[in-house]
Amino acid sequence: MGVPRYWREIPSRYNLIGKKCGVCGKIYFPPRSICPTCRRKSAGKMEDYKLDGKGTVESFTIIRVPPPEFEGKSPYAIALIKMDEGCYLTGQIVDCNLDDIHIGMRVEACFRRIQEDGKRGAIYYGYKFRSLKS
Amino acid sequence: MASIVGYGAYVPRYRIKVEEIARIWGRDGKSVSSGLYVFEKSVPAIDEDTATISVEAARNAVRSSKIDAKKIGAIYVGSESHPYAVKPTATIVAEAIEATPELTAADYEFACKAGTAGMQNCIALVESKRITYGMAIGADVAQAAPGDALEYTAAAGGAAFIIGNEGIAEINDTISFTTDTPDFWRREGEPYPGHGERFTGAPAYFRHIVSAAKMLMEKVGMKASDYDYAVFHQPNGKFPMRVAKMLGFEKKQIEEGLLCPIIGNTYSGSTMLGLACVLDVAKPGDRILAVSYGSGAGSDAFDITVNDAIEDYERQNIRKMIENKEYVDYGTYMKLRGEFK
Repeated sequence: MGVPRYWREIPSRYNLIGKKCGVCGKIYFPPRSICPTCRRKSAGKMEDYKLDGKGTVESFTIIRVPPPEFEGKSPYAIALIKMDEGCYLTGQIVDCNLDDIHIGMRVEACFRRIQEDGKRGAIYYGYKFRSLKS
Repeated sequence: MASIVGYGAYVPRYRIKVEEIARIWGRDGKSVSSGLYVFEKSVPAIDEDTATISVEAARNAVRSSKIDAKKIGAIYVGSESHPYAVKPTATIVAEAIEATPELTAADYEFACKAGTAGMQNCIALVESKRITYGMAIGADVAQAAPGDALEYTAAAGGAAFIIGNEGIAEINDTISFTTDTPDFWRREGEPYPGHGERFTGAPAYFRHIVSAAKMLMEKVGMKASDYDYAVFHQPNGKFPMRVAKMLGFEKKQIEEGLLCPIIGNTYSGSTMLGLACVLDVAKPGDRILAVSYGSGAGSDAFDITVNDAIEDYERQNIRKMIENKEYVDYGTYMKLRGEFK
């Protein structure tokens, strides 16, 4: 991933800070500097917006053959999650039996270790999702 | 006088039974379990470490206390399993609760009492009016060599306390008892700690906790029977019960804060998690004695009075969180701990 990129994205990765268009009110994550609907009208009017962290699983897949940086961690679930604010995120679902994950499952964001640059490199933290108990 | 403004805790969801560990090493699980008075311990998920546990506890504390995190002027994270040897855990926590950038932050290490050392620093900064709020965290993903006696108890979890001027419980006084006693250590670059076996008992754990507790009770004019609750560091389930008896406390005074039998020894999180559990059920006017112990060695003792504000505090119900668990076998435990290289 690289340390400079990780550092730039810390507000989004740690605290789900996206953007809200000051013209149409639509919420974007990851943050955008221009609203694709309102275009130039939104210039300078995109405000920071913190997502509440709650959402619903729209779709998911189980990774059994992971890329090298996630070796030793499979199997794990990656889900497409519709946040309550309307935007979509992809994220790992944790602390859950893989057989219990289903479309429509309510989830909330949690703070986890995402990956690391080998044994000598930086550790990258960010959001994953866990089942939201009612 | 400084007060506890809020607290939050976090214990990972996975558990392994002591009997399952004993099975691998050819020991009698029931006798190991009853000998330690520990039945199961918490296990961190493969993506959990001291930083993630600290963040979850800190977020629970900020949420429950309803304070503005920007007003936190100091964050100290005490642990003996910080994810980096050089690079603070406290800055990760500060960023994750949006307390940056106007604050001081640092990591502490003093075996199992690094978190309460952070509490003492927060108390000092609040009482000297240098900060409005300070946050102290004790958290660990405790290491133990496979097959070592520590493996039956070394667990994961943590608690965060927010210290300020007015809150849910006043910290009437705090003292420490510290000596150079090499009962437990981990050398630079080594993955697992070493220890002095039975030497960790009388001259280490018992001497320091008894001394700190007696010194504090004498200073504030209290005796064991005056307290509603007491919390002592919990390297296993037996030691805190024995030290309580030595100091004149009854079982009913310590059982609310005694978590080690069901989650193991969370090291820096141990005393603070116990105190958080007591605050989950405490009533206004309740008096609490909390004494940590860190090998090396030292004890920090706190005399606390719960006040009326606890009635309106959004308590976390830590015991309910602990009940949400999933058991793993020894192989899965080793995978989650990252022991397969």
